[in-house]
Amino acid sequence: MQRDFRGLNFDWITIALFLLLVGFGWLNIMSASHSGDITSYFDMNHPYGKQSVFIIFTFGLIILILALDAKFYERFASIIYFISILSLLGLFLFGKNVNGALGWYSIGGMTLQPSEFAKFATSLALAKYISDLQTNMKTFKDQIKAAGIIVLPAVLILLQNDAGSTVVYAAFFFVFYREGLQQIYLVIAIFLILLAVLALKFNVVVAVLVAAALIFGHHFFGQRKRPQIIQPIAVLLACVAVSFGIKYFYNNILQFHQKDRISIWLRLESDPDKLHEMKQTILYNLNESEKAISSGGLTGKGFLQGTRTTGKFVPEQHTDYIFSTVGEEWGFLGSALVVLLFVALLLRILYLAELQKSQFSRVYGYCVASLLFFHFLINIGMVMGLIPTIGIPLPFFSYGGSALWAFTILLFIFVKLDSNRINEW
Amino acid sequence: MRKLLLLSTIAFVGLVFIARLFYLQVYNEDPYSLLDDNAIRKVYDYPKRGYIYDRNGKLLVANQPSYDVMFIPREVKPLDTLELCNLLKITKEDFINFYDKAYRYSPRLPSVFIPQLSRMEYAVLQEKIRKYEGFYIQKRSLRDYQTTIGANVLGDIGEVNNYIIENDPYYKSGDLIGKQGVELSYEEVLRGVKGIKFTQKDRFNRDIGAYKDGIYDTLPEPGKDITITIDSELQEYGELLMRHKHGGIIAIEPSSGEIIAMVSAPSYNPNLLVGRQRSRNFTKLYNDTIAKPLFDRSLKAQYPPGSPFKVLSALIGLQEKVVTTQDQFTCRHGYYLGNRRLTGCHSHASPLSMNQGIAQSCNAYFVNVYRRIIDKYPKPAEGMDVWSNHVKSFGLGDYLGYDLKIGNKGRIPDGDFYDKWYGANRWSSTYNISNAIGQGEVETTPIQLANMVAAISNRGFYYTPHIIKNIEGEKIDEKYTTPNYTTIDKENFEPVVQGMFDVYNGGTAYSLRVPGIDICGKTGTAENFMRIDGKRTQLTDHSIFVAFAPKDNPKIAIAVFVENGYWGSRFAGRIASLMIEKYIKGEVTMTSMENWILTHSLENEYAKPYSGKEFGINRQSALQVIDKITKDTVVNPLSTRTSPFK
Repeated sequence: MQRDFRGLNFDWITIALFLLLVGFGWLNIMSASHSGDITSYFDMNHPYGKQSVFIIFTFGLIILILALDAKFYERFASIIYFISILSLLGLFLFGKNVNGALGWYSIGGMTLQPSEFAKFATSLALAKYISDLQTNMKTFKDQIKAAGIIVLPAVLILLQNDAGSTVVYAAFFFVFYREGLQQIYLVIAIFLILLAVLALKFNVVVAVLVAAALIFGHHFFGQRKRPQIIQPIAVLLACVAVSFGIKYFYNNILQFHQKDRISIWLRLESDPDKLHEMKQTILYNLNESEKAISSGGLTGKGFLQGTRTTGKFVPEQHTDYIFSTVGEEWGFLGSALVVLLFVALLLRILYLAELQKSQFSRVYGYCVASLLFFHFLINIGMVMGLIPTIGIPLPFFSYGGSALWAFTILLFIFVKLDSNRINEW
Repeated sequence: MRKLLLLSTIAFVGLVFIARLFYLQVYNEDPYSLLDDNAIRKVYDYPKRGYIYDRNGKLLVANQPSYDVMFIPREVKPLDTLELCNLLKITKEDFINFYDKAYRYSPRLPSVFIPQLSRMEYAVLQEKIRKYEGFYIQKRSLRDYQTTIGANVLGDIGEVNNYIIENDPYYKSGDLIGKQGVELSYEEVLRGVKGIKFTQKDRFNRDIGAYKDGIYDTLPEPGKDITITIDSELQEYGELLMRHKHGGIIAIEPSSGEIIAMVSAPSYNPNLLVGRQRSRNFTKLYNDTIAKPLFDRSLKAQYPPGSPFKVLSALIGLQEKVVTTQDQFTCRHGYYLGNRRLTGCHSHASPLSMNQGIAQSCNAYFVNVYRRIIDKYPKPAEGMDVWSNHVKSFGLGDYLGYDLKIGNKGRIPDGDFYDKWYGANRWSSTYNISNAIGQGEVETTPIQLANMVAAISNRGFYYTPHIIKNIEGEKIDEKYTTPNYTTIDKENFEPVVQGMFDVYNGGTAYSLRVPGIDICGKTGTAENFMRIDGKRTQLTDHSIFVAFAPKDNPKIAIAVFVENGYWGSRFAGRIASLMIEKYIKGEVTMTSMENWILTHSLENEYAKPYSGKEFGINRQSALQVIDKITKDTVVNPLSTRTSPFK
């Protein structure tokens, strides 16, 4: 087999997909951030120029990651996790506040965002813990311990007021489920989302009625021999409590902008004047982004020809809203291609993960797929108005050194682990 | 199973995203158009509007620059407000007002500070404007009328209304468009095609350079100059003669259908509807419901034609062979059916043949002819239809098809008309004999009547009247150079033309002869009614006159309508003779006739429905004599009229 070539048996499909996404992303960052003539691709006055430099550094990182021994990552996982947690803690002392979140270190002219790097560190630690021979993910005790590994960085990031990055940690649910989490948790998760949407969109009564119908339907028409009474009533009471809790959480705990985003997503605002005002303020980004995407049509307006992109109508277009540039300039064909590239990359990673012989590699691969999928889901969903606004970058696409490097490290550690599969006996 | 959760979720999300993209970009998307993209600013470059010349090459309408003082509120730096206010002749309160209003509209976009400065005001400001940062001057083009006449012919331009903007994508808010007259008819020729520049703008609406380096930009195409058929000297003379009278004059060149003069009185100075004062003046003109200066009486006013219509009865009689030129009819001061007098008549010799019937304008003669025409056919409706078709072949009873956008159909009844009125066959020719003498149900507009005269003078055909002579050398529409034939044979015209000639030689227009010109004419005096306080009241008769000259190879055919002008030869006849002399000789020798017209006013007559004074029907009443008016007498319809209610 070709894979026998020592050192070169990387999965080239994954690498090709990665390169396509980074390259196409860079072109779109150029569109979204250039002003007038493009004199140099390394023009450090513009984001696209900086991104060029970031990409070059990325190749250095890739070489470094692939050069290290595959065992290194498993062995040092705990230490990497520890350093990552330290760097998050350090933010409380030395952090720089950007857009209300205390998420950046400023070193010289550069800024680094440790929360981005915490993702792969957490993945490594989680993979290490789960793959430990003494860990049984079917037991509640080990589930709690594993959850702790995730919750720690998530809470730190939340305390730094970066709720968007915190949400991403929910992605690890897929890993837990794959490694033995009971099915009831999946049912509970779906049930909770349903309750939340119903309670907010309509009211608690509707939510509880629907819950009751589902619960009693399950208990009476399920294949049980003796229908129980006490258990469903207890579940229902829990539903009532949870519904009220969600309402309370929405009304009293969420910050105003978060509330507004959910209210828009669920179309809770019916007063047209208020809605019009929202379109000018908090809906502005989404509104402009959807308009830019729509105006692309089937084939788009062409590279560097997007009128709304050139006019900078979509704020933050080169970072979180980069997909609207794709939509406007490359049209349906280009945007659908990007979606397909992401799906292909994710499915490829999943496929490789299932092939792994070591549990560490498999769990880590699952972590990579889950994290990338969550970013893909939230970012593109948000830009197209399918998901409430949550400001997280589109992997490999969005402008920004920290995010690009963190995602590259995340992905290429897996590429390295995968290349070592043949030696895992 | 556990392996499938993430896999299927990924596949599902991918599909949802592609579906959403399809919905946003393909299904839900109108075809992209640069013109509708609000991220692109469209700046229009307006071409020069075409000039308008009269038939002799005299410039009537040109353009003049006007200057808007513009400013961008955010760019205004502290300045000497007092000096600027003095320069612009505004108060400091105005200044603050304008500024605040513009700032509220947009601090980043240019607003008009003071619109349409004149050349003089601009000259003073020009050298100082650089001192005021944020202010600049924008040039606009307005119409510049080189004349004070022909407001109804030339028309005016004004801003497009919303209806046009919605229905014609060429026009954008604020564009100017022809509103009346030639400006309206030849809008597309005169306006040219505006150029367009696409500029990319950012989300603050600031310009950030040409879109795609201007590859889609277009240059403006200048409007074409046009020459109209009006003889401005004759037009001016006609307007002078019609001062203090209401009515219209239409003069047509029979050999081409060109409209030489088109006077509607009272009129106004076209310069009133230019620039800043346009809307104020327009409102004043619009609100004058007695004089109605905006109502073009020469094209739109529908009057009973009166006696000039009799010549058609004669022509149809000859064509239908129900009468010969020798047949004589008796007139007993009217037409009698048994012992009932159906219509009256004035004193003249009796019996009369056709020639004198026309010359003396005998009512009884034409009623006899009319009845013979209708009664020739077994059913009255059939006869009526035959008569109606003959009349309509002279361009009456329907829109003439001339190139001005306003007009009226007039009314020529047919068999159906009376069948509906009285019931099928429940009427006979005696029911509507007034049609014979141009009263009853017959109504025409002055231009239709002039065209009818042109057809008679051509002995059987006419060219559709038109106002356009040429468009920078282009040929005019073929429809204006193709003759329209009437249903009357050529040989039947001679006796009628001779009759009209004799109107001037011993007939009703004997006093109106012009030395050295053979004029054929026909007087007309039309009864007319108005509802005053709910009561149908007969007003003073209209004075009508039609004529053409010379008798052979006619150069001019004319119809004159003077509202409430007592009788045909009194006002309309005099005006027609003066116009003909002026046009053919180039000067007026009949100074006493001219003096009479210029010193007699009908304003009192027009006030009667409101003042309650008696109308003198069919008898001479005292005329209002005024100081002689001249070309330079200012008659401003906008000056406060003395109220008749005092």
